[in-house]
Amino acid sequence: MGLAGWIVIAVVVLLVLWTIYAFNRLVKYRNRTDEGWAQIDVQLRRRYDLIPNLVQTVEGYAAHERETFEEVTKARSRAESAQGVAGQADAENAVSSGLRQLLAVAENYPDLKANANFLALQEELTGTESKIAYARQYYNDQVRLLNTAIQSFPSSVLANMFHFSPREFFDIEDAVRAPVQVDFEGQ
Amino acid sequence: MHEQIAANKRKTVLLIVLAIVFTGLIGWLIGYLFFAGGTAGLVIAVVLAAALSLGSYFFGDKVVLTSTGAKKVTPEQEPRLHNVVEGLAIAAGVPKPEVYVVPEMAPNAFATGRDPQHSSIAVTQGLLQIMDRVELEGVIGHEMSHVLDRDILIGTIVATVVGAAILLSEIFTRTWFWGGGGRRNNNSGGDAGVLGLILFAVGIVLLILAPLAGQLIKLSVSRNREYLADAQGVLLTRYPPGLISALQKIADAPHAMRAANNATAHLWLEQPSRVPGKDTSTIERLFSTHPPIQDRIKRLQEM
Repeated sequence: MGLAGWIVIAVVVLLVLWTIYAFNRLVKYRNRTDEGWAQIDVQLRRRYDLIPNLVQTVEGYAAHERETFEEVTKARSRAESAQGVAGQADAENAVSSGLRQLLAVAENYPDLKANANFLALQEELTGTESKIAYARQYYNDQVRLLNTAIQSFPSSVLANMFHFSPREFFDIEDAVRAPVQVDFEGQ
Repeated sequence: MHEQIAANKRKTVLLIVLAIVFTGLIGWLIGYLFFAGGTAGLVIAVVLAAALSLGSYFFGDKVVLTSTGAKKVTPEQEPRLHNVVEGLAIAAGVPKPEVYVVPEMAPNAFATGRDPQHSSIAVTQGLLQIMDRVELEGVIGHEMSHVLDRDILIGTIVATVVGAAILLSEIFTRTWFWGGGGRRNNNSGGDAGVLGLILFAVGIVLLILAPLAGQLIKLSVSRNREYLADAQGVLLTRYPPGLISALQKIADAPHAMRAANNATAHLWLEQPSRVPGKDTSTIERLFSTHPPIQDRIKRLQEM
């Protein structure tokens, strides 16, 4: 076998190795993206579970603020049945703004703010909000890696061949580090 | 920020290689000086280092948690701390570490465990009391980076590998001092005597200096890892002011740690033995497990 033969073999071997590497990388990013989305789902569900308790607790002190309660409860049930990444994001923004209003209402009732049950719920809510934000951050990072790998040459060829499709970013308002959160803690 | 992390990682790998080469060399030197053959010493040193590394790999975290007096806390006892730890574990894409509190007033924290699946994060009571949520996130982000990068494992291996070399060289220099010299010394004489004696003397000096050199390698690894964890922690929280403000509070805190123990110094967020409010000299920097807190703040501000 001549030099040309060896070169051909070397190129083929390199191509195979690269294909394995690039394919595995795509699979890794796709799995992490799915994991990220599952984590967002877990945290959103935790927030849905908190809402009835929170409403009930605030209701005990401010029964006449019915409009606020209804709004957040409605937003919650809409979010539970939302479809798709963008639809979910819209519905969650409505839940976030409903919750912000609920907590703003609570600000006006010193007795409520001193209630141990309310304080525990508030910590749970703040914690869950920040977990949603971190889960979103992780998910979006993985989506960015996945989409870049799918769209950039030469891995785009492989992505087309094996039907890897780009994912949608999860864009929700960042409720966590907004000034509102500082108010939550009364600092 | 990513480049800085990559550069720090390369440096750390280089230092680990240096530590292993160092241990091998010490072993070889001991073998050469005392047993008329370097290979045996090299093998002994490497085997000893490997045994110690394996031991700390599996049991190191329990030892550290016990020796610092850390107590495991439930989400009901410390809801805020648990929420922050879980949040940053999600951000890092690792399982939630176990959460411990150390009954100590000086604000500080550490992470331990061999990999992200077996990790623990401990903070002091004082830290919980003075930090608000954003600052606590900064601190936990730093610790989570140690978990994510397996820094704890790297630190443990470097510490034990270098520790083995130090132990060996100390044992043998002492034996030589009190035992009136090794076999090689007794056998030499005649023609090769002068050269042999000079070589022997140089070797002994090297052995005496070895613990110091080993210590410096270990400390250098430790300091680099701290900068790395600061940078990466901020990448997790996306909020440098949180960690900056936490470090500033630690620098200003009036308490010194009671459990300031050299063996665990490199694990903490900030060096436990540092005297509050005192600037560090160049010599002190060389012998510190941590970079000066003001340098860390400066680097974070530049990001």
